[in-house]
Amino acid sequence: MKILVTAKRVTDPDAKIRVKPDGTGIETAGLEYKLNPFCENAIEAAVSMVEKHGGEAIAVTIGTADVEQNLRTALAMGCERAIRVEIADDQLDSDLTARILVKLFETEKPDLFLLGKQAVDGDSNQVAQLVAEMLDLPQACFASGIVIENGEAVVTREIDGGIETIAVKLPAVVSADLRLNTPRLPTLPNVLKAKRKPLQVLTPAALGVDTALKVATVAYEAPPQRKGGIKVKTVQELVEKLQNEAKAL
Amino acid sequence: MGTTLVIAETFGGKLRKSTFNAVTFAKALAAKTGGDFAIGLLGSGVAGLAGELTGYGAKAVYVADNAGFANYLGGPWAKAVAALADQAGATSVAATSSTFTRDLLPRVAARMGAGMVSEVLSVVDGTKFLRPMWAGNVVATVEVKTPKAVFCVRGTEFDAAQATGGASPVQAVAVAPEDNGKQRYVKFEAVVSSRPDLAEAAVVVAGGRGLKDKAGFAILDPLADLLKAAIGGTRAVVDAGIAPNDLQIGQTGKVIAPQLYIGVALSGAIQHIAGMKASKTIVAINKDPEAPIFSVADYGLVADAFKAVPELVEEIRKIKGV
Repeated sequence: MKILVTAKRVTDPDAKIRVKPDGTGIETAGLEYKLNPFCENAIEAAVSMVEKHGGEAIAVTIGTADVEQNLRTALAMGCERAIRVEIADDQLDSDLTARILVKLFETEKPDLFLLGKQAVDGDSNQVAQLVAEMLDLPQACFASGIVIENGEAVVTREIDGGIETIAVKLPAVVSADLRLNTPRLPTLPNVLKAKRKPLQVLTPAALGVDTALKVATVAYEAPPQRKGGIKVKTVQELVEKLQNEAKAL
Repeated sequence: MGTTLVIAETFGGKLRKSTFNAVTFAKALAAKTGGDFAIGLLGSGVAGLAGELTGYGAKAVYVADNAGFANYLGGPWAKAVAALADQAGATSVAATSSTFTRDLLPRVAARMGAGMVSEVLSVVDGTKFLRPMWAGNVVATVEVKTPKAVFCVRGTEFDAAQATGGASPVQAVAVAPEDNGKQRYVKFEAVVSSRPDLAEAAVVVAGGRGLKDKAGFAILDPLADLLKAAIGGTRAVVDAGIAPNDLQIGQTGKVIAPQLYIGVALSGAIQHIAGMKASKTIVAINKDPEAPIFSVADYGLVADAFKAVPELVEEIRKIKGV
């Protein structure tokens, strides 16, 4: 099985994000970067499928050279090789991201394209679905389980109201949710090995992708802050406040 | 100018109330652009629900009732919705964010060649919109550059539209899912609960990892019963299998805004706060006085949940006289 899998770099999901005073972006000084948690689930799924069925997992990402550190993490987790497409994160929207990934899919012709269901910075939750439609492939998004059998991926999906199971014929696009698996931590020997694995760099121009955006982010601001409340000392005081002050009971 | 096609969502043969949040968005957009809106209802055996959609000022309610829509599948449905948008002469498609619409709408956008805005918080003008990024720690202004657009709307930011009278014409349309045989529905295992829907409940009681296990989580039941509340949880309790995934509140789960939210034994990670900070009144009960949840709580109680929750139930029973 040949699997293409995304390895997007994001700001540390637990970091406090602050907007620049001029509203042109976020303060990046001192920020750490990690692999998008949903991409980690996708990579774990890809690598364990290759371990089971043979083949190769190829990690792909889009960004400037500094994202290669995180791409190497995907290699250390077990992907055989990696591809980076050179364009800065703030020059992208979901549509352009998808159009670049579509080109990589067309070049590599994998059996399965695994993506994280959303990136925890932009929070758009669009790219897997866009890629699937652009390629006219079946999609199974928000996967909490994937079984490959008889040329299909049988996927359990976490949806409102319960768990759904659908089957999609390969090649297919699947987006990973957090309950899909527990991503492995790369071992030191694998981290060292990852440094020597092939990493190809491409450009949108070389792929023939027009970099015009459909949706541009034009300003950033901090959300309205909730003003802090009070601490109550007892349950009785809490109930009294809820009843008489907040009128919430 | 332009028409927004609002996609109605149904579940178990009923209209989801969240449909009317998207109607409010469509009205807000129409007010900025001088356009109007229509409603699209797709499903199997849904024609009878059309009457519930005619009193909201839509220029038409389009009904595509086809047995092929019995189960949702992204590819076939996206083709149908894009075809309906075309027939309706719609310049944009909108729906309230849910796992159904988040799965469907990007495919519709790709098919229409439209820019798509996820989790719309408000309408700035006809092309600019506010949306959250970084788990709601940033509010971004985004500009749609394409003539057509698709919007996935955050329900908590647009009040459900109220019926205004009038009678939108109901029009049956011959739009069917185009199944290319690449995907099939297998089964659905519903989470059965007698409690209100988490996304719609007026009161929500949420539990965190501090409740330890299923037995611990169950201390929330009497409180939820008493307040007719929905129960929710953090990612941690869902990951641990203590609560089903459908109950996860937060950045990657459900975003809620009840009148009263009571968070029990949860620390208030950024990702959880992203999903509940729009609640009207927030109560936090946690034994750690430094827990971040207290920074957004109107009323914080530093206490052991296993003692405080049963006490809270007793006190509320007293004032309610039950």
